[in-house]
Amino acid sequence: MIRRISPATLNVRSEPAWLRILLIAVSVSFIVVMLVLPLISVFTEALAKGFAPYLATIADSDALAAIRLTLLVAVIAVPLNLVFGLCAAWAVAKFDFRGKSLLITLIDLPFSVSPVISGLIYVLLFGARGWLGPVLDEYGIKIIFTVTGLVLATIFVTFPFIARELIPLMLEQGSEEEEAAISLGAGGLQTFLRVTLPNVAWGLLYGVLLCNARAMGEFGAVSVVSGHIRGKTNTVPLHVEILYNEYDFVGAFAVASLLALLALVTLVCKSLLEWKFGDRLAGGAKH
Amino acid sequence: MTRLRMVLGGIFGAAVLATAQLTGPPALAETSLLNVSYDPTRELYKAYNEAFAKHWKATTGEDVTIESSHGGSGKQARSVIDGLEADVVTLALAYDIDEISTQGGLIDPAWQKRLPDNSTPYTSTIVFLVRKGNPKNIKDWPDLVKNDVQVITPNPKTSGGARWNYLAAWGYALKANNGDEAKAKEFIGQLFKHVPVLDTGARGATTTFVQRGIGDVLIAWENEAFLALKELGKDQFELVVPSMSILAEPPVAVVDKIADKHGTRKVAEAYLQYLYSPEGQEIAAQNYYRPRDPKVAEKYASSFPKVSLFTIDEFGGWQNAQKTHFADGGVFDQIYQPQ
Repeated sequence: MIRRISPATLNVRSEPAWLRILLIAVSVSFIVVMLVLPLISVFTEALAKGFAPYLATIADSDALAAIRLTLLVAVIAVPLNLVFGLCAAWAVAKFDFRGKSLLITLIDLPFSVSPVISGLIYVLLFGARGWLGPVLDEYGIKIIFTVTGLVLATIFVTFPFIARELIPLMLEQGSEEEEAAISLGAGGLQTFLRVTLPNVAWGLLYGVLLCNARAMGEFGAVSVVSGHIRGKTNTVPLHVEILYNEYDFVGAFAVASLLALLALVTLVCKSLLEWKFGDRLAGGAKH
Repeated sequence: MTRLRMVLGGIFGAAVLATAQLTGPPALAETSLLNVSYDPTRELYKAYNEAFAKHWKATTGEDVTIESSHGGSGKQARSVIDGLEADVVTLALAYDIDEISTQGGLIDPAWQKRLPDNSTPYTSTIVFLVRKGNPKNIKDWPDLVKNDVQVITPNPKTSGGARWNYLAAWGYALKANNGDEAKAKEFIGQLFKHVPVLDTGARGATTTFVQRGIGDVLIAWENEAFLALKELGKDQFELVVPSMSILAEPPVAVVDKIADKHGTRKVAEAYLQYLYSPEGQEIAAQNYYRPRDPKVAEKYASSFPKVSLFTIDEFGGWQNAQKTHFADGGVFDQIYQPQ
């Protein structure tokens, strides 16, 4: 006798229910243990002694200097990467040339290199005993252990964010619209400003957001080139480490909570972008 | 598209404004000194920098700000060699300052003769910190290699404090075995088999022990142990003084090339000399460093446990100790295998 299969059974996944429940339970508990609990602990530790000590730590002059420095580094590094990223993505997506795949690989390099190495290469290059250091020193230019070094290291580690966001988006869009614009008599700049840029603008914003989050949160690379001078070359993540090492656990977590807040704000903005403009982000925002 | 343009324009405008705001006019020109120091001196120099700035203002009428940077002693020396422009260095051991002199060429090789007492204005020693009630009954060096005792000490390759710890243990083993080097080596090998984690710096090792709760005993600078007791409560830890330890001499020096370049030699020298003054010695003692000044030492005699001390000269000075024990292929590399 042939068993009748109802359409309902056909629709359901073939996996048994226990497996589904198990998988969901595993991923949910993983997220709770690895993400939610640490996030909660940051805020509970930060507020362990109440709200006044929390504010006092953040208003401390070294902490304020660290916040200012982090903002300064981001404000320089992110716009520069915006320009670099846009140029690189445009070149890759709209033109055909030799070595294109090599260029794409190189753009990805900072993702695969450990941040410590990213810092060390600048020390090897610009340090007092590095390749270019002695020459630059003759002209009184200092790079390592100054804000310049911090900016360079940050640019390096955050370089791929914007380009990686734009390349798939631009590839998907192709160059028909640009061709149409040019055939209708638009100049190069005009085409870029009126056609290319508006097409990728939301993707660009998305890339800027991720780039900024990483620029403000970077630890490894900047730790190597910072020199850890209080109130001068300590960024927020470095300041967290210093406070922790000084047994000021409330202070460390108070400053860390600022970074956690930054992460949350970034997450909200990212979700908003995906929700409102998902169709305009690369491949429907696969992040 | 106007909304879009407004958003992008807004971001750009904000960036330009913020850059102008943040870079702004530089702070008023005043003398500033950078003191590159090692890990556990944070609290000491925080207090001392304030006192010195006051003293300098009172004697010369000039304002001086002192910036400081802390980290593992070897790493800090490396940074100065790589171009961190320290006017003065106050490190954990003479070898690291020698490195700045030989590798970086930034300090006169005869630096250690320039200030009294081998250029070490304060000293310390190596002691044990154990958990309250001393559950593993640790009294002296041999107790560290008893069956299940876990010992916390940082990595002698990167940490100055760890090198003092190591040499203190070695010196004890050598004396206990009538100078038998093979026996001392065996003891050190045993000791490092009881070390579950090697942190890179002294402060990292302390937080591993007190905050993360790993290990039964922390081998530490005396000043670091006292500070941990003060900051984290006497109800959790106890200090144990071994029968014998090493006289740890953390030296100080003006970084000649940099101080001359910055034109800060006068204030840099005064900064280090003031460490030897009664006020400077007083601050050192309050931060659990053993003062050199006999009067101040007497005043704080009760704060520092009596212990029989040997010096680095037992090892033929830092250059020799470094070559024999900590250089690549040295004794430490021979006895230590990561577990």
